[in-house]
Amino acid sequence: MNNISDVLNVLIIDDEEGMCMGASRALSSTQVFIDDLKIMVGFSSKSVHSYAEYKNSIVNQKYDLILLDYKLPDGSGLDILQEINEQSKETLVIMMTAYATFETAVQATKLGAYDFLAKPFTPEELRNSVRKAATRFVLAKRAKSFEEEKRKIRFEFISVLSHELKSPINAIDGYLKLLREGSITPGSDNYSMAIERSLVRLEGMRKLIFDLLDMTRIESGQKTRNIEPIDLIATIHQLIDQNKDEAKLGEITINLFSENELKMEADQSEIEIILNNLINNAIKYNRPKGTVDITVLDRQNQVEIQIRDSGIGLTKYEQDKLFNDFVRIKNADTMNIQGSGLGLSTVKKIAALYEGTVSVTSQKGNGSIFQVILKKYLNNTICPQIVT
Amino acid sequence: MSKIKKNILLVDDDVDYLFQKKLELEKEGFNVFTAHSIQPAKKILEETSIDLAIVDLMMQEKDDGFVLSYQIKSLWPKTPVIMVTGVTAQTGLEFDTITENEKKWIKADTIFTKPVRAEQLVREIRRLLVNE
Repeated sequence: MNNISDVLNVLIIDDEEGMCMGASRALSSTQVFIDDLKIMVGFSSKSVHSYAEYKNSIVNQKYDLILLDYKLPDGSGLDILQEINEQSKETLVIMMTAYATFETAVQATKLGAYDFLAKPFTPEELRNSVRKAATRFVLAKRAKSFEEEKRKIRFEFISVLSHELKSPINAIDGYLKLLREGSITPGSDNYSMAIERSLVRLEGMRKLIFDLLDMTRIESGQKTRNIEPIDLIATIHQLIDQNKDEAKLGEITINLFSENELKMEADQSEIEIILNNLINNAIKYNRPKGTVDITVLDRQNQVEIQIRDSGIGLTKYEQDKLFNDFVRIKNADTMNIQGSGLGLSTVKKIAALYEGTVSVTSQKGNGSIFQVILKKYLNNTICPQIVT
Repeated sequence: MSKIKKNILLVDDDVDYLFQKKLELEKEGFNVFTAHSIQPAKKILEETSIDLAIVDLMMQEKDDGFVLSYQIKSLWPKTPVIMVTGVTAQTGLEFDTITENEKKWIKADTIFTKPVRAEQLVREIRRLLVNE
């Protein structure tokens, strides 16, 4: 039972030496198990006997928990209580007093005391109060660090996003300046190339913004989901049609293997985001004259969609990080392909809304198979929040 | 500086950046070799005598630039390396090469933040090539 993972610093402020020693002894043998976090917390305590000593003790040390006497030789405990609450919202104070009246208790609580102990109290009463306070303290601290972690992730996301938006701007800016200063002259090969590449980069930027909007809509959970019976096969036909110009460019053949109709309950736009990302990727990361085979399997309460391409494939390492935000696989095969790095991470987030999964099997150079499994009927149509 | 054209290796995963910088540097009289990742860059270094390398920090991995400049400096300690980065303080990848200590672990002679102005880059290249 001795696996203490956190030790709280306790300051005992009381002019009676016997009280300090007793409290300190009770604390040294006390451990608190925080059930929610499955951790054991212990205590380390220090005693001071006056307001002046208290002021000295807090110069270099921060305390998590303070046991505070109501009456001190050189001041009132309530003054200290007020000071503590002005300085740190985290420190919890347990007031101890021999003159426990309803009024003093109310006053202390108003000033921010966490608990109130009436002297004389038993070691067990003290332990109970400290246990409650320690649990509250540790959980509050954890919640705060969780908030900070969330803020940090958001900040990193925005930093990477601004980098991803800056790159195409720099590229287009670069071409325009070369054109302006005459380093690239009209009619030359470089001239049409510079214009072509600028348009490609603009398209990439547009795609990033659209993917970002998709992702934000899904993550915020604010968009009203419109769950209704839809025909998955008709949706796929429509998406193949949408992508046919891009497929034609690479002379890529798209085949669909499925029944004529497959009904499921879903939000049409969410299903379109998933399938459009996968079909579009299968075209973009394919080889010239390649194929894309889409197979839809009806599995009772689930539907399985396989999208197989004959493209460049992925190494094991690339597969592992593929579904994270802003991951773009950069190598000789992909350097001319525009992507936002957000498509697949959004696909994964949407699949989760359908209690589903998305996975990939692939071999470098030998194409990839993306497999999506979605639940056909959702029990509740309330939009679940995604924790980011 | 001698009349012989200096060989410059430019490494960046952005093909447009590579094209534009190559054009700018050729106009300044340099011979420019380009690579979009570590592997082809190393091939060029092995086959050609490179006088100076300009390396982007974030390529396939976000610290590829470090890795490559480290490898360049251990194989060809005298070759100047300019590291270029699009990321700044926000990503936690904050660094510089002002103190000796920083120079020791960041194997680059200079660090620039994108976008780098052509004159600025050329001036730094000339400075490093003279020192060499």
